[in-house]
Amino acid sequence: MFLNEYNESQEYNYIKIKCEMTNLSSNISKTEKTPLFGKTLSELSEIVAELKLPGFTAKQIASWLYNKEIESIDEMTNLSKKTREILSEKYCVGLSKPVKVQVSTDGTKKYLFATQHGKYIETAMIPDKERITVCVSSQVGCKMGCLFCMTGKQGFNGQLTSGEIINQLRMIDEFKSITNIVYMGMGEPFDNLDQVLKSINILTSDWGYAMSPRRITVSSIGIIPSLKRFLVESNCNVAISLHTPFENEREKLMPVQLAYPIEKVVAEIRSFDFDNQRKLSFEYIVFGGFNDTPAHVKELARLLNGVKSHINLIRFHPIPGTPLNKTNEKRLLEFKEELNKKGLLTTIRASRGQDIYAACGLLSTKGITTEA
Amino acid sequence: MDDQFLFSNNVIGLKEIANEKYCLTFKKQFGYKAGQVVQLTCNRSIEPRLYSLCSGEFDQQMEILFDLKLGGELTPKLVELNPGDRLYVSHPYGQFLRPTPEKMWWIATGTGIAPFRSMMRSGYEADKILHGARLEEQFYFSDEFKTAFGEKYVRCNSSTNEVGDFQGRVTNYIESVKSLPKDIKYYLCGRSMMVVEVRDLLIARGVPFENILSEIFF
Repeated sequence: MFLNEYNESQEYNYIKIKCEMTNLSSNISKTEKTPLFGKTLSELSEIVAELKLPGFTAKQIASWLYNKEIESIDEMTNLSKKTREILSEKYCVGLSKPVKVQVSTDGTKKYLFATQHGKYIETAMIPDKERITVCVSSQVGCKMGCLFCMTGKQGFNGQLTSGEIINQLRMIDEFKSITNIVYMGMGEPFDNLDQVLKSINILTSDWGYAMSPRRITVSSIGIIPSLKRFLVESNCNVAISLHTPFENEREKLMPVQLAYPIEKVVAEIRSFDFDNQRKLSFEYIVFGGFNDTPAHVKELARLLNGVKSHINLIRFHPIPGTPLNKTNEKRLLEFKEELNKKGLLTTIRASRGQDIYAACGLLSTKGITTEA
Repeated sequence: MDDQFLFSNNVIGLKEIANEKYCLTFKKQFGYKAGQVVQLTCNRSIEPRLYSLCSGEFDQQMEILFDLKLGGELTPKLVELNPGDRLYVSHPYGQFLRPTPEKMWWIATGTGIAPFRSMMRSGYEADKILHGARLEEQFYFSDEFKTAFGEKYVRCNSSTNEVGDFQGRVTNYIESVKSLPKDIKYYLCGRSMMVVEVRDLLIARGVPFENILSEIFF
């Protein structure tokens, strides 16, 4: 029953979006100019050198892009008119407004953005008391094919640039109040690591948004080579999608297990020297009768023994055709308590934005992508 | 053993078996199990990519099947390799194939046939092998599969009309099967969209998800 409602409602949303999109083509950046937004300071320095502009211009451009709210090169008024003309020949700022916003009864918002290639991504803004957390996408769709995830059902439709990742923050109404960023939207961040790291560089650098990396969490299913690189090249928090400690179960839920088993992911994490402030968490969607048994508690305790981390239990939001079930609230609480008793710091993540399909595992632009 | 450590290796041969599809053979440095993968690059400055081995456990050399990605960083360099050239290859790892008493169906599209060729050459048997492709030349290793499996090997041809092929995609073939076996293992390999579609279809037809194993290109 819930799934039927989901289908009809989701279909309705797609139809609405499609209709609205007929008037929104101007929001899709079809310019052949290269966007400056999303360039790091070193990339801007290269551009400035190529255009034979003074070296300090790079910092000026970075300041306009990331510290001021401009939308065109003409607004960079401390650059000479000639410099702005030279820049404008090949480049644009490259910001893109959301083409649709949905608001949940709990205050969560889901933003729909068009990418430079005419595809669509979703971004969730989750308000919680003093916190404003934004959940950004790193890819259009996803290659990983996890059994429980709606994004995986649309397949992989493309990588996002660092500019398109940060644009999801810069162009939402709550931009100035964002306290936390999580890379947990559409896509697998470690499958687009270059652009994810570039976006983090811009978010955390003094010349960029100067955010603390401790307010940024990147979630991954555990692609080991990228995990190693991420741990070295960034100071952000890491969340690993665990979902079951048993190999023979995880490989049915997450095909990545066959290439990068969770034992090896945890072993890699163990070998890395986390400092006291960098947070490590494990995401665990609880499926009723599947991964919430006492045997799972025992095996989780063995797997994560001595790993300073936090387990986030997530309620499952069923998707069409799924063979998996939600767990009941009583069992969810018991499971949490059993894990805590084993010394595993465990909390239950509140489900937010379920009525607008912004909750964990529900983001998808499949209907829109294929229309675009 | 560190799966990611890259060992120096040498190219034995490179053959274009279809348009922009290549088989690369190189020295067998380690034993391996059918269905395992290696990380491979030809230059330490280029990030290695993950490839399924398509050679069998008893073959004297290792082999991968790859797709030339024009504009990619690695594959345009791989297609220029000559025998004797240096490669960097990890220890084989992963466990796609779970030897169990249950019968198996192998379902692949495109170069997703690679691990199944490894299984075939290693002596494993399937009750059905479905390979989906659009063009005759994309049914890689077709002769080997035909010889080994006869009518159990089904080419699902989604565009051309080749005599003996099933006309349609692998999903069409599965839909056309009246009674799908539920208590066997289904192995899927290919692009994520195909894997997700086939998996959803099998589940909708009553196959328990515990009986479906998937390997996805990423």
